[in-house]
Amino acid sequence: MNTDSTVLKHSTLQRKSIDVAAVRKQFPVLTREVKGHPLVYFDNAATTQKPAEVIHGLINYYSHTNANIHRGIHTLAEEATAAYEATRHLVMHFLNASSIEEIVFTRGVTESVNLVAYSWGRQQIKEGDEIIISTMEHHSNIVPWQILCEEKGAVLKVIPINDAGELLLEEYEKLLSSNTRLVSIVHVSNALGTVNPVKQIIEKAHKHGALVLVDGAQSAAHIPIDVQDLDADFFTFSGHKIYGPTGIGVLYGKKAILESMPPFQGGGEMIREVRFEKTTYNDLPYKFEAGTPNIADTVALRDAIHFIEHYGKENIAAWEDELLLYATEKLQAIPGLKIIGEAREKISLVSFVIDGIHPQDIGIMLDNRGIAVRTGHHCTQPLMNRFGIPGTIRASFAIYNTKEEIDSMIVALENAIRKLS
Amino acid sequence: MTEKTIEIIEEEIIEEFSLFDSWDDKYEYIIDLGKKLPVLPSVHKIDENRVRGCQSTVWLVAERKADRVYYQADSDSVIVKGLISMLIRVLSGQRADDIIEAKLGFIQAIGMTTHLAQTRSNGLVAMVKQMKSYAMAFKLMDKSSG
Ligand SMILES: Cc1ncc(COP(=O)(O)O)c(C=O)c1O
Repeated sequence: MNTDSTVLKHSTLQRKSIDVAAVRKQFPVLTREVKGHPLVYFDNAATTQKPAEVIHGLINYYSHTNANIHRGIHTLAEEATAAYEATRHLVMHFLNASSIEEIVFTRGVTESVNLVAYSWGRQQIKEGDEIIISTMEHHSNIVPWQILCEEKGAVLKVIPINDAGELLLEEYEKLLSSNTRLVSIVHVSNALGTVNPVKQIIEKAHKHGALVLVDGAQSAAHIPIDVQDLDADFFTFSGHKIYGPTGIGVLYGKKAILESMPPFQGGGEMIREVRFEKTTYNDLPYKFEAGTPNIADTVALRDAIHFIEHYGKENIAAWEDELLLYATEKLQAIPGLKIIGEAREKISLVSFVIDGIHPQDIGIMLDNRGIAVRTGHHCTQPLMNRFGIPGTIRASFAIYNTKEEIDSMIVALENAIRKLS
Repeated sequence: MTEKTIEIIEEEIIEEFSLFDSWDDKYEYIIDLGKKLPVLPSVHKIDENRVRGCQSTVWLVAERKADRVYYQADSDSVIVKGLISMLIRVLSGQRADDIIEAKLGFIQAIGMTTHLAQTRSNGLVAMVKQMKSYAMAFKLMDKSSG
């Protein structure tokens, strides 16, 4: 059992245990029923549910403040601007960035990666340059680099993994060379739960003069992030996976790097002065935020971060580890079930397959009992090919999940297997 | 050769489903249909016969005898096979024109619309489309030859 070490590690920290029953009361959706059963929501890696704080944040913003930002001198515009910028400040602390200029709001991880590929990549990447990703990347951290490499005649290299779903670091080191310009790597795999040693990966890349982008989509809600300690050049996460609204995310970039990068999109907000002869661009981070931004969701993202900080990521992670360990033990006892992804460092989700049964059939049968899991390739087709499977069934956990819910899933799973075999 | 119209077979299915009161029971029946669906010979399990847009793999072949269209299909998902089995029961052996026109209201009536909406998750829409386009192709062949 690989998760033991993680659990032990967390339990040695001084931590407060979470009152899960009280937490659940803050999530309105958790009271609903699905197909006559209480909802069991185990698709948190796709998107988390939203606490009342976040929902009220949105309602309050539209009910009391709504205005366009950075432009008006009237009271509403000032309040809206202040609320928007307050989130930027909070995100700066959330990631331990060194200045607010390093925090760019995007639609999410996908847009962040595309921003870097388009702006930094188009300017920096030449024929023969190399970009390194890994076998376990989400399509959003594969396709933008493929597009860039194709356009520039650059080469995309892929770090292989072992059968447990861990990166082969010796192979990574062999891929690094003076041609390497960028390593773009997922912090936590959305399909396996593997936590990658990003600090070590960054250190090695920097020795070769390469930059590193960390896809924090699956880590930001679970692992304390310190971009300075990691020495990450770029780090990105999506608001909707950390209890916040959809359509808002963050790209952190080191100031000097962001400064050297050309704009991503042109329009309002991102300019200093527009003339037909020549336009000058706004300062960071506004240079990368063209047009009216997603103000309301940005404002409510602050409530999501407050929610996480109220409980503390260490405490949340400790509870999720306990759930993961419990689920893993129960699943392993089911004949014909195989867990995909058994990394020593693993968090918050478990992927599995069952002999002779299509994952989709399991997903449908669990849904009939009100249990929401994800089935399929999880936008990681190359990873599924590596394991020689079309997809998995994935249960992913969040602060509000319980062991009783895992018990319900196991009962439903055993019922599904009985009927489907 | 089938004598029943598409509508009549749809009515029969709706009536059969009215006996079930839980989702588990409905799906148990669908799974059973899936298990009973005749195996598609492996020569047909080729890329050209694959229906795009499904999370599971679905193969569909059609042939014509006289003025009727006959279908055979298979999938690696038992539930999808059960759904296919119902589509085959309704559409296989019907006239091309009737297949093209079929509204297939039974899908909604038996509560399987979620599968219609989630086109990408089990591809019921893709399957219906593919079955209709076979019927359309046969019809066009008739026109051009006669
Ligand atoms: C590891 C990983 N990277 C990137 C993404 C893409 O995130 P978004 O769709 O919010 O842009 C996801 C979301 O599923 C993910 O899990």
